[in-house]
Amino acid sequence: MRVPLSWLREYVDLPATETGRDVQAKLIAAGLEVEAVEQLGAGLTGPLVVGRVAAIEELTEFKKPIRHCLVDVGQANTTGEPQEIICGARNFAVGDKVVVALPGAVLPGDFRIAERKTYGRMSRGMICSTDELGMGDDGTKGIIVLPPEHETGIDAIELLGLYDEVLDIAVTPDRGYCLSLRGVARETATAYGLPLRDPALLDVPGPNAYGYPVKVSDPIGCDRFTARTVTGLDPEARSPIWLRRRLQKAGMRPISLAVDITNYVMLELGQPLHAYDRTRVEGPIGVRRAEAGEKLTTLDGVVRTLDAQDLVITDDRGPIGLAGVMGGADTEIADAAPDPETGAIRGTTEVVIEAAHFDPVAIARTARRHKLSSEASKRFERGVDPQAGAAAAQRTVDLLVLLAGGTAEAGVTHIVSPSAPRTVSMAADHPDRVAGVEYGRETVVRRLQEVGCDVYGQDELVVTVPSWRPDLTAPNDLAEEVIRLEGYENLPATLPRPPAGRGLTGRQRLHRRVGRALAGAGYVEAPNYPFIGARVLDQLDLPADDPARRLVTLVNPLSDEEPSLRSTLLPGLLGALRRNTGRGSHDLALFETGLVFHPAAERAAALSLPVDRRPTDAEIAVLDAALPVQPRHAAVVLAGARERSGWWGGGHPANWADAIEAARLVARESGAELAVDQGRYGPWHPGRCAELSVVLDGVKTPVGHAGELHPRVVKALGLPERTCAMELNLDLVERAGEGELTAPRISAFPVATQDVALVVDAGVPAAAVEHALTLGAGELLESIRLFDTFTGEQLGEGKKSLAYALRFRAADRTLTVEEASAARDAAVAHATERTGAVLRGA
Amino acid sequence: MSAPNKSYDPVEVEALKPEEIERMRDEALAAFAAAGDLDALAAEKVAHTGGASPLALANREIGALPPQAKAQAGKRVGQARGAVSKALAARQSELEAERDARVLVEEAVDVTLPYDRIQAGARHPLTTLSERIEDVFVAMGYEVAEGPEAEAEWFNFDALNIGPDHPARGEADTFFVAGPDGTADSGVVLRTHTSPVQIRSLLDREPPVYVICPGRVYRTDELDATHTPVFHQVELLAVDEGLTMADLKGTLDHMVQALFGEGMTTRLRPNFFPFTEPSAEMDMVCYVCRGASVGNPDRPCRTCSSEGWIELGGCGMVNPKVLVACGVDPSKYSGFAFGFGIERMLMFRHNVEDMRDMVEGDVRFTRPFGMEI
Repeated sequence: MRVPLSWLREYVDLPATETGRDVQAKLIAAGLEVEAVEQLGAGLTGPLVVGRVAAIEELTEFKKPIRHCLVDVGQANTTGEPQEIICGARNFAVGDKVVVALPGAVLPGDFRIAERKTYGRMSRGMICSTDELGMGDDGTKGIIVLPPEHETGIDAIELLGLYDEVLDIAVTPDRGYCLSLRGVARETATAYGLPLRDPALLDVPGPNAYGYPVKVSDPIGCDRFTARTVTGLDPEARSPIWLRRRLQKAGMRPISLAVDITNYVMLELGQPLHAYDRTRVEGPIGVRRAEAGEKLTTLDGVVRTLDAQDLVITDDRGPIGLAGVMGGADTEIADAAPDPETGAIRGTTEVVIEAAHFDPVAIARTARRHKLSSEASKRFERGVDPQAGAAAAQRTVDLLVLLAGGTAEAGVTHIVSPSAPRTVSMAADHPDRVAGVEYGRETVVRRLQEVGCDVYGQDELVVTVPSWRPDLTAPNDLAEEVIRLEGYENLPATLPRPPAGRGLTGRQRLHRRVGRALAGAGYVEAPNYPFIGARVLDQLDLPADDPARRLVTLVNPLSDEEPSLRSTLLPGLLGALRRNTGRGSHDLALFETGLVFHPAAERAAALSLPVDRRPTDAEIAVLDAALPVQPRHAAVVLAGARERSGWWGGGHPANWADAIEAARLVARESGAELAVDQGRYGPWHPGRCAELSVVLDGVKTPVGHAGELHPRVVKALGLPERTCAMELNLDLVERAGEGELTAPRISAFPVATQDVALVVDAGVPAAAVEHALTLGAGELLESIRLFDTFTGEQLGEGKKSLAYALRFRAADRTLTVEEASAARDAAVAHATERTGAVLRGA
Repeated sequence: MSAPNKSYDPVEVEALKPEEIERMRDEALAAFAAAGDLDALAAEKVAHTGGASPLALANREIGALPPQAKAQAGKRVGQARGAVSKALAARQSELEAERDARVLVEEAVDVTLPYDRIQAGARHPLTTLSERIEDVFVAMGYEVAEGPEAEAEWFNFDALNIGPDHPARGEADTFFVAGPDGTADSGVVLRTHTSPVQIRSLLDREPPVYVICPGRVYRTDELDATHTPVFHQVELLAVDEGLTMADLKGTLDHMVQALFGEGMTTRLRPNFFPFTEPSAEMDMVCYVCRGASVGNPDRPCRTCSSEGWIELGGCGMVNPKVLVACGVDPSKYSGFAFGFGIERMLMFRHNVEDMRDMVEGDVRFTRPFGMEI
């Protein structure tokens, strides 16, 4: 809502010194979101005067037609002689009244007007357009042609109201009444403690039997309908400058006098109005729901197919308007235009004014259904004062009589569905308890009265809320009114005392720890959007039956390329890797933890539950079952050098082992034992893919994969060669985390070290050999470490050697050489039995 | 070790002659003096003081002497060994001093050499800023609560008093999730705020409830310099007996002081949200200019555009209708809530100029933020 300060002052006697910024501050404190104060006429100084075009000489020797004009500006130029002015525009004629900027004037944009020679003539000023004066769009292009009645030589700045301030207010849904000057004036008056001149306080004639016939068939959808008729309108009458300027400043375009008046009254009182050309309405006006499939051409020229829920205005032919949203083309006010035969100006001369009140929900649904938001629908959706209709109709009639020379017909139609005033009961100290401030009953009552409420009762107040405040329905609504008028800025600051807390949960601590550990290991966190398309799953070579192929899809995705939610973190993370590579970063290690989405197991839609009670646990369970399954994953991707080379020697390129190590790191943080087995899975290199598992409830459960990506995937996704990746289900790893750790006992006895080199078939996993050695070595084994691997001719084809350092120690004694050797032999024997390992050199 | 010897052995006695012992001592002293560095000295130390050194061997023979000669020989050998070890220690410190003066200097390296073998990693500032905020409230006794990102409409809208006709429930604002069978009306959306977590918290717990709800949320905005369809929020909910707007104000003040320093404060402006009543928009004092830029063109402030205040987010007293939908008696309990966007706070707290920098995962953006913020 754009509110010109000059217009606002008509209803509240603000001190003359108050600026737009001052009023803004007051209104913000009272709860109106005044987003900006526009300074009209900023950078504009006169002299700017009304001139009469006395003569036009067409200059034709230039590329475009140029006019050399003589303009009478009265005594404004002190000489009284006509002013010679060069002008390139053509939409004016001799005798027209125009706006002239005289030398010395400065127009917005630091455009200084001076006498100068141009097109071979002297030009002493400028004939102005709306653009040049910063007036905004008035629907005309070119030079402003003023109505003839304005006197030559008078100040045009004042005439056009060029200096003004406009408050731009974003009206929240609960304050529909502030979509009017009347509403904003009410808030302003309260904020300043000044009286309000309510423009809706008009003498309105009562209804009678000879008004325009109206039949409301849907009193729920339309509880009030006022119709008035004005005849004898002068089709040539134009909107006066003050009216046009107010509309412009409020952000509306002047169109024609009758339409401008209805818009003006809507801005003033908040009541949307519609004017029908009476000669084009056939029979009584009706209000009903549309029949499904009925057609209506709205004023914007669009043919609309109606829904059975749409409220429509009808005449004998059918729908003539979409109630509260937009009128129909058939009954539109005709623009004044010369009759092609007689040359006489023809236009609408008789109008029926509609001032009705429609159900907000019905209007909102219709506006949304037809994607048609209008000034009217915006107001009805937020709630229009049902009692303002009659006054608004009267105000419209008055202006039509005044400005268009019309005659008000005596007939008044006024249909009202009976309704009682709305009341809310509230303890007198309720606002105090909400705010934490002792306002006292007296203040509470006074503030509610300022809002427009009638208040009765002592400790328990019965509050009748004003007709323009449909949002006031509960005690807290009333408390808000009191507290905001008393000033949110005056609220004290106190701190509640929550019960002693227990800090973060184990799961939350784990998520932080995993992030820190990965970052500590050199990974940079890169959270990605979760939107993916099926194509990237093809590029990842996921098997056709892979669970990650079953995607959760959006009804209204931002991009048709990526209509689904991620089932794996890889697409996003690999995209970030590619983006970084493209920007010149090559040694990359990225990680992400986040939710992935799998379709709900059940095909039920989430129930709509009531909100007037707590849903039962069973109802909540049904809602939850309809949700996609959303486990938290952790993933890393690597490319380039993991360790860079430098003066210290060589580095190493990121490889499969780094990716697996990242998984181990995550598992270590959660205290889970991670099993790493040779694996084979879509995106990964078939020979360099680890399947990662944990033991859950005694069952070895796969949780993810790590290794080098398949060269085909690398190529399909445009990734750096040998890109490596790891992804695992963090929730499962977390569940596998061990409980409380028991502190180890530290033996003070010396360690006995034994090294063994074992020869096994090349296909035997090192993990299997190590596992067998560990089992075979028994309790005395303190640690085992693979310190070398070797393949070579002397071992024979298809063999490899694995060298382990075994450390033995007892808790209660120094081990003898014999004891350590026996343990080693037992380890080797077990490895031989399990893996066919042969002691090297044996 | 030799056992006491009753017989007389002339060869062994030879080694204990005074001139022999003097010779051994002098040889040792000469060798130490001749040792040019600590390694050479260490070798001479073994040769002249070790178990196989002449003086050590001579010492062993003392026991073989007749009793009357033992004392004298013992004294001689002892004095000689004392002189040797004294000379050794002297030469040792001499050579160490020399090493300190010369050798260590020769071993000098250029310590300014870079060592970027493994580049530092970092956590994303949106993560760490969110944690920072959580920690402020955890320290006050709040719990951190989380919930699903694909959420039932009932949790995201209905329970929050956002009725079926509310414009926010349109496809222009909210991502709708298709049902498993492709149906559009699955009743599931990508949560548009973390408020559904508040609802879940109220359903899960008995009052008093004090929770902070961080998380990712979704709205159908295209990515540009100031918008992103996926962003992060932190919301707070407190439900207890007798909570007031003054408590809300105090809690907000505490938060901005914890995050931005002493003396910070907040301002509430009336606003409207369906889930709170009364509702307010909350601003914090500009932590950069502290309001000094207002009406002072000589000291413009980029952070607050010389407004003196920075818009933080929305807040208010929990609408009693929300409490009813969660089974909480509004005649006994009241509550307050607030929420704000982490991206926005990161932008003004760290001068981030373009939203895209926060979503593209460029390591050059993230790395400087390190582990905490």
